[in-house]
Amino acid sequence: MMTFKRREFLKWAAAGTGVTALGGCATAGGGGSAGRVVVIGGGYGGATAAKFVKLWAPDIDVALIEMNEYFVSCPISNLVLGGNAQMNQITFSYDGLRKRGIRVMRDEAIAIDAEKRRITLASGGFVDYDRLIVSPGVDFLYEQIPSLNTRDAQMRFFHAWKAGPQTVALRRQLEAMRDGGVFAIQIPMAPYRCPPGPYERVCQVADYFKKAKPKSKILVLDANPDLVSKKGLFLAAWDGLYKGMIEYRPNSEIADVDIKGMTIKLQFDDVKADVINVVPAQRAADIAARSGLITANNRWCGVDWTTCESLAVKGVHVLGDATLSAPAMPKSGSMANQHAKVCAAGVIALMKGQPVNADTMMMNTCYSFVSADSAMHVASVHRFDPAQKTIAPVKGSGGVSKAASQAEGMYAWGWARNIWAEALT
Amino acid sequence: MSRLSTPHVLLALCGLLAAPVSAQQPADPTYARSLAATCFTCHGTDGRSVDGIPPSLAGQNRDYLLQQMREFRTGKRPATIMHQHALGYTDEQLALIAGYFAGITPGRATPAPAAR
Repeated sequence: MMTFKRREFLKWAAAGTGVTALGGCATAGGGGSAGRVVVIGGGYGGATAAKFVKLWAPDIDVALIEMNEYFVSCPISNLVLGGNAQMNQITFSYDGLRKRGIRVMRDEAIAIDAEKRRITLASGGFVDYDRLIVSPGVDFLYEQIPSLNTRDAQMRFFHAWKAGPQTVALRRQLEAMRDGGVFAIQIPMAPYRCPPGPYERVCQVADYFKKAKPKSKILVLDANPDLVSKKGLFLAAWDGLYKGMIEYRPNSEIADVDIKGMTIKLQFDDVKADVINVVPAQRAADIAARSGLITANNRWCGVDWTTCESLAVKGVHVLGDATLSAPAMPKSGSMANQHAKVCAAGVIALMKGQPVNADTMMMNTCYSFVSADSAMHVASVHRFDPAQKTIAPVKGSGGVSKAASQAEGMYAWGWARNIWAEALT
Repeated sequence: MSRLSTPHVLLALCGLLAAPVSAQQPADPTYARSLAATCFTCHGTDGRSVDGIPPSLAGQNRDYLLQQMREFRTGKRPATIMHQHALGYTDEQLALIAGYFAGITPGRATPAPAAR
């Protein structure tokens, strides 16, 4: 792992230990470096961006600030809830990025000073950057659900919308539920992270109930007027494989919860269940909010889609679910991966004074599992439109599967292995 | 997927070689790489797939790749998803993508490292 030159390593080490004598490094970096890129957030967007800056411009110093020790994948995590995958299959280390010479710092960025180009860390230190990439993911709008707006309550009704301990905790609740019980899932109004995710989760829980607790039922409380993604394909599974097990209620926006009463309160109705999974509405995560990066509806970060540079703060790029999505662009791991490579190319061009590619292309591929091994996809291709200053779907491209299949289940795992390697090797 | 076996000359006779890159193509030398990078998500970094599913594109013959993309578009080659992607790119873009992957040394990608 000691691929750092000694001087360079000490420089980074100083950054990690709160020694702040780094002002002189804020520009060219010295030691033949073409400058320093810092990435906040090691998810699908940030880890991939760090990798590709280093891959395509080895002379740029790259640091990745991530608060968790491991990368835990949201895609495939619904299979863990269904008992069709294990946590160790979706949990990875950052060692592959370290081997590349990327400084992976386990810390939390708590403030960004875009004037000084300096990040303040929770551990008390600072890191200076020439260009900053922020891929913070989402945080939840708990204030919309008053009784769920305490830490205590959040340890009873899980979201499991960030894979990790919450995934394990919700799986345990499902395992502990009696046969004949009711699992209720509350889906927020779009846009939210992973549009087909809630409906895939319903399939996975149904697959588990069918095998282990066949008298049990699933109640889908959707704030949206209809299924947001892959509607026909999900309904085919619900009316076929899981016939009689699933009740779908559209226009069911949550008003509050009653933790003790195991109840979701809707506007005109109270719904009791044995296991309650509330996925709250979301916005760009706290660091984006604190750094003036949010530009739309107090929720999302507007970017220039040719480089992912923030529309609000120069020198700072934003990726992934935290961005104000372009038309028909989902908040997905695939999309964050694509943002990351557009951003990496843009950051390198800007740092080296080269022309930025204005003909940005992005592609999305999202698989959803309807059972242990059968999956289906939604795909789209997007191209930058200079007249509209946004990236838009290419007419005639994209679409969904004809039907879920085992062949696509195999491709879904292939997608997962490759996108994980993209981010982490 | 195995690499091509179709003789190069046959493809040429069929008129399937790509048209020259059009004049309106951006001059950015990294343009082909950025286009190809949209494929990496599923097919692996530089087209080196972790376990060959979906297939590696690295080192495949340029004209073969281009022909496959055209056959995906028309439906001549059946696909689960590739026809939907192939229809999103222009002929010129597909030629650049195929050229990029043809120039990469074939190989498999290392899987993401497990947690310790």
